[in-house]
Amino acid sequence: MEKVDLTQLEEGENGVVVDIQGGHGLIRRLESLGIRVGKKVTKISSQFMRGPVTIRIDNFQVAIGFGMAKKVIVEVTE
Amino acid sequence: MKKILLMGNPNVGKSVIFSRLTGVNVIASNYPGTTVEYTKGYMRWGEEKVEVIDVPGTYTLEPTLPAEKVTVEMLRQAIEEKQSVVIDIVDATNLERNLNLTLQLLKKDIPVIVALNLWDEARHIGVDINIEELKKILGVPVVPTVAITGEGIKKLVETLPEAKKGNYQFENAERWHEIGRIVEKVQIVKHRHHTFLERLGNFTVRPLSGIPTAIIILFLTFKIVRFIGEGLINYLLNPLFNNFYLPLITKAVDTLLPIKFIHNLLLGTTLDPLGSFGVLNAGLYIPFVVVLPYLFSFYLALSFLEDWGYLPRLAVLLDNIFHRLGLHGYSSIPIILGLGCKVPAILATRILETRREKIIAIALILASAPCMPQTAMIVSIITPYGGNYLILIFGLLFIVAVITSFILNKLLKGETPELLIEIPPYRVPQLSILFKKVWLRLSSFILVAVPLIILGIFLISILDLLGAFSFASRTLGRPLTFILGLPPETIFVIVTGFLRKDISIALLSPFHLTPEQLVVACIFLVLYLPCASTFFVMARELGWRSALKLVAILFASGLLVGGILNLIL
Repeated sequence: MEKVDLTQLEEGENGVVVDIQGGHGLIRRLESLGIRVGKKVTKISSQFMRGPVTIRIDNFQVAIGFGMAKKVIVEVTE
Repeated sequence: MKKILLMGNPNVGKSVIFSRLTGVNVIASNYPGTTVEYTKGYMRWGEEKVEVIDVPGTYTLEPTLPAEKVTVEMLRQAIEEKQSVVIDIVDATNLERNLNLTLQLLKKDIPVIVALNLWDEARHIGVDINIEELKKILGVPVVPTVAITGEGIKKLVETLPEAKKGNYQFENAERWHEIGRIVEKVQIVKHRHHTFLERLGNFTVRPLSGIPTAIIILFLTFKIVRFIGEGLINYLLNPLFNNFYLPLITKAVDTLLPIKFIHNLLLGTTLDPLGSFGVLNAGLYIPFVVVLPYLFSFYLALSFLEDWGYLPRLAVLLDNIFHRLGLHGYSSIPIILGLGCKVPAILATRILETRREKIIAIALILASAPCMPQTAMIVSIITPYGGNYLILIFGLLFIVAVITSFILNKLLKGETPELLIEIPPYRVPQLSILFKKVWLRLSSFILVAVPLIILGIFLISILDLLGAFSFASRTLGRPLTFILGLPPETIFVIVTGFLRKDISIALLSPFHLTPEQLVVACIFLVLYLPCASTFFVMARELGWRSALKLVAILFASGLLVGGILNLIL
């Protein structure tokens, strides 16, 4: 299975979060928003010039700044 | 007194439930972070009167952001007081993430009751939750609600006495694991197709389709605000005021109190409402004929965009641009609020994480555009000279704001945090709720600002009749008005701006300034000082020192821009 970060995931592609390469603080913040290892994500969009990435998890959507999105590693599904 | 705390994730409908329980209307919108300051209200609980508190939303009780710390502190106090209850409001469409907060609340020494809100939306998207089972597992009452229609609220109130402390046992480290287990037991998700609103949501947040759409939406919003505002003034309020009210009140005053001094005080020395300043003439013309129509049309449009859920998507599209100014895209929301009134806009900067961001955002809020009452006055006073002067004023202000925040960004040390926000689903705004919200915003203008405007006009006409202004203009007015190229008498206009900015613009009218002088005066009056209410909010949010420093910077930039314009125009 191919592993990419959220910025590399294509629009409309699905993946499963396998790793968050950040400190304790970042992991906790993303976790409280519902982004954690094991969750299925769908990429909705990314903005031009290293802009934020929008993803869908369950029934909610989150916009994540480029730098943070780089730290969220997903395994691409189908 | 017994307290009820409304707690939950951001944007789950706490404020709507608060309004339902207390009858106190508060601003609720479809984006996270609408409530930044807790609101108190009261309701009856049996024979008792209890306090209800609308607590700002949080995802967790292990705070990661300063705003969340406030929430945790409020909970700690309530626990200490021993007689409070928490209504944990859970978004039924996102049970798993919301249960994280619920489980943390269940570990606290306080009775909890769960309101499973957005119950209708959950069913609509194919989420079914077994309430009985959830109740059994959590060990506290669970009531499904649809706050926006009021469904389930009565049941929630009736069930309040059954609220109890949680006894659900789990290891904190295993919390997500536990949540997973609970969700598996109580929730069934049916497969479904994407709804139209969902596809529209994705369409408007993808750059290729979203950026053109944003431009169209902003342009249309501007057109609609102008159309409604101008229409109300030209076809309804102006004729009413000039053809019916003014002749009637003139006759009444002259018959009842035929004294020249009284006539001048109440109605001014000319019939033109802005030509001189009568309490019953300009004092009512300014707030009700010039300002209110624009305030109404602006808040109608803003409330629609808020309830629809568009603003966070706009924030995502704007993120890149804002980063150049040291902010992230979410600061666009306070700035948009600031087009209406600076006070709620400055309060809304609490959604930003760092002090540095708050300072830059407040500078942008204050300098980028005037508040709506001031804008309405500027439009009314400049329009006779042509739209180009309006474009010049607003264009220059925008440039000044961008340069100021750009410089602040370079001067203030620190990094700009990255955007991390939840994007709410699009929802169809409900007209009754929309108009209630517009009314709520207008009523605060009518109750707070209108008396101030009338008082200001009263003081000005008394001082003017006593000759105080010609004295002031001979002394301290000279240097300032010299730099700006304005007549020395305008100094009192500048002084009154601290009370209400809309009055100060209106006061320019009798001087018959050239359009160029008006441009200088308007730009200076927007920048030089915030109005008193804005200043106090700034001082509260930033501390006196920073607030004064920021005001000094804006004063200097106002004087600089005004002075340069005076030389080149």
